[in-house]
Amino acid sequence: MTIANTPLKESSLQPKGWFRYFSFSLDHKVIGLQYLVCGFVFYLIGGLLASAIRVELTSPISDFMPRDVYNQVLTLHGTIMIFLWIVPVVNGAFGNYLIPFYVGARDMAFPRLNAVAFWLIPPAGLMLISSYFITGAAQSGWTAYPPLSITTPAAGQIIWILSVLLLGGSSIFGGINFIATILKLRRPGLKLMQLPMYCWAMLGTSILVVLSTPVLAGTLILLSFDIVANTGFFNPNLGGNVIVYQHLFWFYSHPAVYIMVLPAFGLVSEILPVHCRKPLFGYVTMVYSIMAIVVLGLVVWAHHMFTSGTPPWMRLFFTIATAFIAVPTGIKFFNWVATLWGGRISLNSAILFSCGFIINFVLGGITGVALAQVPFDVHAHDTYFVVAHFHYIVYGGSVFVIFSSIYHWYPKVTGRMLSENLGRLHFALTFIGFNLCFAPQHWLGLNGMPRRVAEYDPQFQLINQISSAGALLMALSTLPFLWNVFESAFKGTIAGDNPWNALTPEWLTSSPPPVENWEGEAPLVSEPYGYGVTQAEFEQSSISTYQEDEHQ
Amino acid sequence: MSKNSTILTTVLTIALIAIGVWIGENINLLPIDASTNAPVYDELFKVLFTIGAILFLGITGLVLYSLIKFGRKPGQKGDGLAIEGNLSLEIFWTAIPAIVILFVGIYSYDIYDRMGGMQSLGASGHEHHAMNSNNKVWGGIGSSYSPGQTNKNEVLPPIPIEVTAMQFAFLFHYPEGDIISGELHVPTGQPVTMRMESKDVIHAFWVPEFRLKQDVIPGQPTILNFTPTKAGRYPIICAELCGPYHGGMRSTVVVEDSEKFNEWFNKNSKSPNLNT
Ligand SMILES: [Cu+2]
Repeated sequence: MTIANTPLKESSLQPKGWFRYFSFSLDHKVIGLQYLVCGFVFYLIGGLLASAIRVELTSPISDFMPRDVYNQVLTLHGTIMIFLWIVPVVNGAFGNYLIPFYVGARDMAFPRLNAVAFWLIPPAGLMLISSYFITGAAQSGWTAYPPLSITTPAAGQIIWILSVLLLGGSSIFGGINFIATILKLRRPGLKLMQLPMYCWAMLGTSILVVLSTPVLAGTLILLSFDIVANTGFFNPNLGGNVIVYQHLFWFYSHPAVYIMVLPAFGLVSEILPVHCRKPLFGYVTMVYSIMAIVVLGLVVWAHHMFTSGTPPWMRLFFTIATAFIAVPTGIKFFNWVATLWGGRISLNSAILFSCGFIINFVLGGITGVALAQVPFDVHAHDTYFVVAHFHYIVYGGSVFVIFSSIYHWYPKVTGRMLSENLGRLHFALTFIGFNLCFAPQHWLGLNGMPRRVAEYDPQFQLINQISSAGALLMALSTLPFLWNVFESAFKGTIAGDNPWNALTPEWLTSSPPPVENWEGEAPLVSEPYGYGVTQAEFEQSSISTYQEDEHQ
Repeated sequence: MSKNSTILTTVLTIALIAIGVWIGENINLLPIDASTNAPVYDELFKVLFTIGAILFLGITGLVLYSLIKFGRKPGQKGDGLAIEGNLSLEIFWTAIPAIVILFVGIYSYDIYDRMGGMQSLGASGHEHHAMNSNNKVWGGIGSSYSPGQTNKNEVLPPIPIEVTAMQFAFLFHYPEGDIISGELHVPTGQPVTMRMESKDVIHAFWVPEFRLKQDVIPGQPTILNFTPTKAGRYPIICAELCGPYHGGMRSTVVVEDSEKFNEWFNKNSKSPNLNT
């Protein structure tokens, strides 16, 4: 059953102008932007912390900050980047902005829940960051393994738990809302298999969110009891078991990787066809591979625990399950390459970041398959090899896609184009900086540098300095981006409703779209990727333009 | 596909595989190998590195080629080709990762077995220990016998060592000589079986040159077996975040020939020499 479009929605009665972005707005587009900007502010803070880590690591001794502060910094960096930047942005920001358009609705299924979900984030983030100044932040890493998390100063750890619980709650509210919107608010006549791929990615991701986040919440509540009430769930001195925590933690936190990358897969699937002027290759296999990743993603968690004293049968089961995720993931990558093949590709910033994502993520995926093999992992686990691997996944993957998406949808949101020159500069700095920063870390890990250390064997200094130089480039890369975003908002070329000639529904309205999303009824888009011409026409258009060029 | 492009594709594929194999054979990313475990690990690494290099270069090459070949030239108008999919191609590239994964899985199982991952733990060296009354012993990898020797009866008995980890040090206890040392001394060619437990938080015992790592857990003994092969001093590194001085939690494993090891052992032993 589908709910027909309501003629007028509550949000049209809400404040207009810039003030609405600071209000309890119910408009999904406003909420999407709130998620994006709020996430980006936290990204800058998380990036500042990353820079502090890279400065500390330019020398082999602990000399830039006190050792306990270093551990606070790495804990905050991980927590902020995951829970306040990537998860809220690839899900909350783009999901809120795009999903109602894609299903042909005027808003999300539960606009109030949606606003609540967003407004949980700023206080949770502020609480987390202020803990650093008031009590000292948590210093047991974003994984908060007991007994370390029980024995380090309690105040910071408890504040960490509270803010992650709030963020987890926000995530669950969002997930429920996306599932309801995709399944129940589709406009009449729109079939599931006609939905843009990002809807499928968000459906799969939201299923993961709803199934796994409550497990994290329960685990952290038990951990907080161990800290404040001296219970012994995970405290070995009171008969608790530290390994059980790891199982429960990774039952959420492995799917969390897919919560960060599946939406990115969906966004890339929207961006590539538009700028390649080609249909998305293999729509049906893309849908099935998303669902396969969702199912497999739930049964691979213990591959984070191969050195934790895990019995052989368990090590083998999780090796096999993990490695098999490479099959549906591989299909998606081949399908994207096939989408590029035979296209007429505009080499703009959106495409550059998307292709950068493909290249980075393939490397991260390959090291992931290697790490899934127990015998490989017993050497590489908890080293800089793993640090490199997951930054190739979450930065080289998700963050590259976030930037690609901003270049793609900025004209829709603001009505103005971003500068392509600044965009290409941003891409070049990010791509070179990122690879310079993280590629050498593979070698560091294999040769004996563990993760989460402030001091290391002096033989690693040069490689660490190269890595830090890459980090500096990454930090610099945000400057042209920020300049571009601010300047173009006022001085950018007017975009028009549909500057990319795209077919998905968000482009079939004005830029920026009206509060009701479309002036009239929502359009029925049964072929969101209906681009492309026949072989003969393709060759004709190539040849004729070449001739035209010659006459010039 | 025309005949020419078939030939070109075949040539490029062969070249790609050759480059991948060359990279796997010639680029060494690992430190020296100093345990029986390490060459087995390096063999797996070489295979994974080769496959990874082929896949990475192949896909990167395809992306770059597509951007160059199908990039919109100035003045070009119109769309790309209206190809929505191709079932046989899609089956083909479902099969490629599936076959690669299957091969890698079976191969790494074999490696895991050769590293001693499938041996029952605590079966070697600890039976005569009073400490073994606690049967809850987990984890571990690494063979306590040298794979080169086919007749296990000829293998020297493993040296039992009890490892205690604490913030921020490792302590090594040799029950046979009642030696307690902050440095780990082991002879070449003789298996070592370590029973490890932590006094406070989780630590991890890692020797990169041995390619072995095992968490050291409070309230949960773990086992790590290995046989050193090359004399030298190698770092022992704590690999699990354990507090402010985690980065400084390091020690040294001194691998020496059995003569020198016995000398050290007898010098430090508090009980009569049991190590024959
Ligand atoms: Cu430690």
